[in-house]
Amino acid sequence: RIGYLGAMLLLDERQDVHLLMTNCIKNDLNHSTQYVQGLALCTLGCMGSSEMCRDLAGEVEKLLKTSNSYLRKKAALCAVHVIRKVPELMEMFLPLVPQLVRILKNLIMSGYSPEHDVSGISDPFLQVRILRLLRILGRNDDDSSEAMNDILAQVATNTETSKNVGNAILYETVLTIMDIKSESGLRVLAINILGRFLLNNDKNIRYVALTSLLKTVQTDHNAVQRHRSTIVDCLKDLDVSIKRRAMELSFALVNGNNVRGMMKELLYFLDSCEPEFKADCASGIFLAAEKYAPSKRWHIDTVMRVLTMAGSYVRDDAVPSLIQLITNSVEMHAYTVQRLYKAILGDYSQQPLVQVAAWCIGEYGDLLVSGQCEEEPPIQVTEDEVLDILESILISNMSASVTRGYALTAIMKLSTRFTCNVNRVKKVVSIYSSSIDVELQQRAVEYNALFKKYDHMRPALLERMPVMEKVTINGPTEIVQSNGETESAVLETKPPPSGLQPVSQVMETDLRLFSTAYQTTLLTTANSKLEMVSLLLLCLFAFSGIPSITAYNKNGLKIDFTFERSNTNPSVTLITIQASNSTELDMTDFVFQAAVPKTFQLQLLSPSSSVIPAFNSGTITQVIKVLNPQKQQLRMRIKLTYNHKGSAIQDLAEVNNFPSQSWQ
Amino acid sequence: MIHFILLFSRQGKLRLQKWYTTLPDKEKKKIVREIVQIILSRNQKTSSFVDWKDLKLVYKRYASLYFCCAIEDQDNELLTLEIVHRYVELLDRYFGNVCELDIIFNFEKAYFILDEFIIGGEVQETSKRSAVKAIEDSDMLQETVEEYMNKPAF
Repeated sequence: RIGYLGAMLLLDERQDVHLLMTNCIKNDLNHSTQYVQGLALCTLGCMGSSEMCRDLAGEVEKLLKTSNSYLRKKAALCAVHVIRKVPELMEMFLPLVPQLVRILKNLIMSGYSPEHDVSGISDPFLQVRILRLLRILGRNDDDSSEAMNDILAQVATNTETSKNVGNAILYETVLTIMDIKSESGLRVLAINILGRFLLNNDKNIRYVALTSLLKTVQTDHNAVQRHRSTIVDCLKDLDVSIKRRAMELSFALVNGNNVRGMMKELLYFLDSCEPEFKADCASGIFLAAEKYAPSKRWHIDTVMRVLTMAGSYVRDDAVPSLIQLITNSVEMHAYTVQRLYKAILGDYSQQPLVQVAAWCIGEYGDLLVSGQCEEEPPIQVTEDEVLDILESILISNMSASVTRGYALTAIMKLSTRFTCNVNRVKKVVSIYSSSIDVELQQRAVEYNALFKKYDHMRPALLERMPVMEKVTINGPTEIVQSNGETESAVLETKPPPSGLQPVSQVMETDLRLFSTAYQTTLLTTANSKLEMVSLLLLCLFAFSGIPSITAYNKNGLKIDFTFERSNTNPSVTLITIQASNSTELDMTDFVFQAAVPKTFQLQLLSPSSSVIPAFNSGTITQVIKVLNPQKQQLRMRIKLTYNHKGSAIQDLAEVNNFPSQSWQ
Repeated sequence: MIHFILLFSRQGKLRLQKWYTTLPDKEKKKIVREIVQIILSRNQKTSSFVDWKDLKLVYKRYASLYFCCAIEDQDNELLTLEIVHRYVELLDRYFGNVCELDIIFNFEKAYFILDEFIIGGEVQETSKRSAVKAIEDSDMLQETVEEYMNKPAF
């Protein structure tokens, strides 16, 4: 006995010694005394390796068929272990299954047995086991599910709930009802049981109830709604795991009708919960607000409350989406910028809040100063005060580098919006052109250049941002909108005749720098993008003979990709696309957009035109720059929109056939 | 299936450990240390279930001993509490009013009882009477051999 005990405790499959045990176990499995056999089975069941199991499976099977129930039990469990280790051996044990199932079905109907019971409930372990088995059997099978409905209802209503045991059985019953294809009355019964659990004082039971409700909320949404108030109360519980589950469940339950009430509770929760929850809670609130906001003003109010309460825990990617939201609600601009200004007046330590505020003040500073707000009594702000705030953000030690970037760009934008403080802006910008932070320095230098050489272009460039379309493509890809729109709008003011080609190229350079500056603000991609652009402009591309591919060919539209690798930066690939049209009508308003997986960075330059003439008589060319630092297989999703034969056409495609020389 | 069972005192000393999965020794020690820390730091008001890695830990405190079981995701936690309770009852029945000292000095008997109750992570015998009877019978066999061995030889 001690020997086997020692073996079980000290040895495991990795030791070589245990191989020697195999023979020993084999002998003992055939011993006359049942206890010795039992010991051997036990040891094999606990720590048998796959080789041992293979060797001894035959013996185990023999023991499964003996009349001695003591041994049969052990053999059955040992068989379970064997199957877990060596799934192929399952066939050997399969024929015995129907027999076992029959035995179980009989047992469930039989009467009480005092030695098996726990506090008056007959053999709970067995009951739960059987329920579990029923669950697995009935999962996809309609007939067996129907047969089980009666017995499940019986168990659910008759079991006593005062002791933990009863609750254990009810819990298992509920799980089974959820999993099989039961009728709706039964499901409602199950959810009511869970609701009763929630009201119970015992934490364990509440925990269990919340977990199962979380699983069922997808399918039985309405039934769970009834218990919404109890769930919201659980948010105030002291136990951390209960709070977390209650929070997840609350997010799942938010819908158009209850969004205001729920949001109030959730905001209160956000205020008082532990820091590890705050990030998740904030993201959840943003999502819910986006889906169910009853009005734009409410949405913006909620968003700002979150920012002020949990500003430093908000995820970084929330900032661009918030900015986009604000741009989209055009009529609320004045109100928004006023609220944000008041929020950062006292305290600018919460980075995401400050970033959003800085961006808004930059965009809508003129509305702030002119006091145009309708929703709230307007505050009196002078241009100097606004510039003061932005400057103090720039100087403050608490501001992150990204925040400073936002602030600097905002100050620059204000140079066009504000009428009397242009010199002050110029001064600030020139101070930072010798800043240690490379990003700030680059921006400051560019803005300086804008003041000095392109002052006539400044107003046009610093115009308000257009309303952004949210383009979402499935999968973890990063979206970069085609530069075509912003740049072509500006280029229209100075159409480049062929004689002024070099000037316009320099202009384009500057513009590209500037629009990527905007996009880095909005898309929070690495600062290396700017460096990459300048690098690319200065280096030569050697033609390296990479084969070109046809990326897309449908409905008469063909798009070819030709590749060039950069000499100076081996992670950069330049793709030139050529779009041609073989139908008999022109394709107009052609827009090409592309997205790549997260490990890449993409930049689209402006296309040569937006019309593809018919009969392959001309093409549109556009250049794409791809940065691939991890040298991964290049993949791309493209979206094409154009007008053809009087109707607007949109298409999505995936390009996978990039030649290996283009990315290796 | 139960992955492992740990018994430890309030000072964090491990009294019993039974593993139903194979792990290297170092891993086991690390896991034990981690779990003891997690459970000892929880106060009275919190629930008995902890989510840990991809397992659920179910623990219960009896006097000065913590009984902790690690179960898989789809197992019933409330039932596991019952399993722990049943094991304590078996110990009580065998030792008669069991206390921590009994387990310390007769740890091999505690293991034997556990092995009669659970094999390979699953419950095997739900009847209290038969489980204890099986242990007592094995004890008798064992003693017979020992007595025989202790008989003075001429």
